[in-house]
Amino acid sequence: MSQHQIRSTNSVLSRNKIFLIVIQCIVVCVIAQSAILLWYGFTPETSMIDGSISTILLAIACYLIGNNLKYYRPEKNRYLLMLMYCAILASIWLLVNHWILDSLVLTDPHYAEFLYNSLPVRFFLGLLIISLMAMISVVYYTQQDQKETEKRKIEAETLARDAELYNLRQQLQPHFLFNSLNSITALIGSRPEEARKMIHQLSDFLRGTLKKEDQAPVTLEAELEHLQLYLDIEKVRFGHRLSTEISFHEACRALLLPPMLLQPIVENAIKFGLYDTTGVVTISIFAECVENELHVTVQNPYDPDTTRPKHGTGFGLSGVKRRLHLLFGRTDLLETTSYTHIFTTTVKIPQV
Amino acid sequence: MRVILIDDEPLARSVVIEYLQSWPQIEIVQECSDGFEGVKAIAQHEPDLIFLDIQMPKINGFEMLELIDQPPSVIFTTAFDEYAIKAFEEHAIDYLLKPFTKERFDRAVQKWLDTKPTAEAKKDTTQILDNIQTSSPKNERVVVKTGNKIKIIPLNDIIFLAADDDYVKIHTAEGSFLKNKTMSYFEKLLGDVDFVRVHRSYIVKIDEITRIDPYEKESHLAILKSGEKIPVSKTGYPKLRQVLGL
Repeated sequence: MSQHQIRSTNSVLSRNKIFLIVIQCIVVCVIAQSAILLWYGFTPETSMIDGSISTILLAIACYLIGNNLKYYRPEKNRYLLMLMYCAILASIWLLVNHWILDSLVLTDPHYAEFLYNSLPVRFFLGLLIISLMAMISVVYYTQQDQKETEKRKIEAETLARDAELYNLRQQLQPHFLFNSLNSITALIGSRPEEARKMIHQLSDFLRGTLKKEDQAPVTLEAELEHLQLYLDIEKVRFGHRLSTEISFHEACRALLLPPMLLQPIVENAIKFGLYDTTGVVTISIFAECVENELHVTVQNPYDPDTTRPKHGTGFGLSGVKRRLHLLFGRTDLLETTSYTHIFTTTVKIPQV
Repeated sequence: MRVILIDDEPLARSVVIEYLQSWPQIEIVQECSDGFEGVKAIAQHEPDLIFLDIQMPKINGFEMLELIDQPPSVIFTTAFDEYAIKAFEEHAIDYLLKPFTKERFDRAVQKWLDTKPTAEAKKDTTQILDNIQTSSPKNERVVVKTGNKIKIIPLNDIIFLAADDDYVKIHTAEGSFLKNKTMSYFEKLLGDVDFVRVHRSYIVKIDEITRIDPYEKESHLAILKSGEKIPVSKTGYPKLRQVLGL
């Protein structure tokens, strides 16, 4: 809100400034032209009328071209077209100017002759000033556009950063963390060795999560190792009913993918496949290379009595879909299907 | 003193078991790993106290309590639930945030022993549940008990609700179910986006309405896709017009 106010004040200020400059230019032109005519020996009245009318009409022509360029600017290398447009505008200006002056100042026969003789000079002067105005307008509005683009870019960057911070907060998953700590509390009394092991797993997992703040791509192998840690911790909590299968084609080992892309998919699988079910469950992750893409498939069972996969993005994977869209400009990279109590998520990562 | 532990994680239950060893007067009669088991176990054993997790498979801890006619005293054990915490803070029931210390646990048990399960305390529990349910944003379903079966109704499946003495009758495509709650509870729960209370005794899903007919003086009838006719009161009619954008 405040930003917007500042911006609009700025533009009002500059508009005032522009207005002042325009008035000054008009006054200078009127004086200059009147002085020239005086020098040629015309009466002060005639000189003033000619100077004022010519200048004001020219100012209108300049306003027209400036306003026109605000909304439409010629593409690069199309400046000849613009020059022609300026010439047409200058001709119209000259005709109107000539007609008005001719009908206004009839008393002086010398002036009529002078008006006729000075047509070419007036034309080129008009053309010059109109073209100059056009040039200034093009430069000014192009700059304004650039400023606008810059502003949009900054806004987009801010948005991206906010999203990243949000993701980071999400990654810390308070539920998961506190429940894991609670499991450690339970193990310390009865099985201290396992408690120690779980602390190490949890530390490694958290360290991996924090390290992935930067957006540099990671290898499939590294990402799967990280997921294995996560699943191992869940196994301590739900070992009696959770089993996992992770496999991949040997050729995919070093393929790259954006960091933390698979994490929310696997978390989703755990949420619906493990937290919301009661029996023994298997969560499987499988990776293969198809042409120039890495395909990762995550499968989990779900309880159809309590959960219903939604159409399109599945349970809660719209964030992943959005991210893939931002990264690769495609909306077909995430697929979900549910079939006889098994929910399957497939993510395709193009290899650049 | 007989207690039941309800938590889907064996390790989480084992912490409570360990802590309870210093309370010889308390006997653990059963351990349950989900809400369905919990409902059965409570009906069977009628315990004095239950330790209850909130996030569990099938139905959560709150939903489970709703299905029990005379809930015992409850100490909640949960990892992180800001909404529950908020609701708890306004009332005097105890809750333990995982991981909790032995000292904190002992204090909760002592508090319970001191107050004892009175009718007053039980009324309190019901009231708290009402508060929790409506303050939790993720409540997208209603749990009802029909005979011995537990039925989970997604809010989206509700066609309309009708007041029925002390109960509310929930009408869905699969039939109707009774729930021991008030109309205003459902009005709050369903919000005013998809549903509208057209009458003191009726709440209707907006999408289900096909047309509105005038009926007697100053009142109307909403005709549903299923053919059902729902009375619309004098005060309900402007509300209905507003949500339909008329």
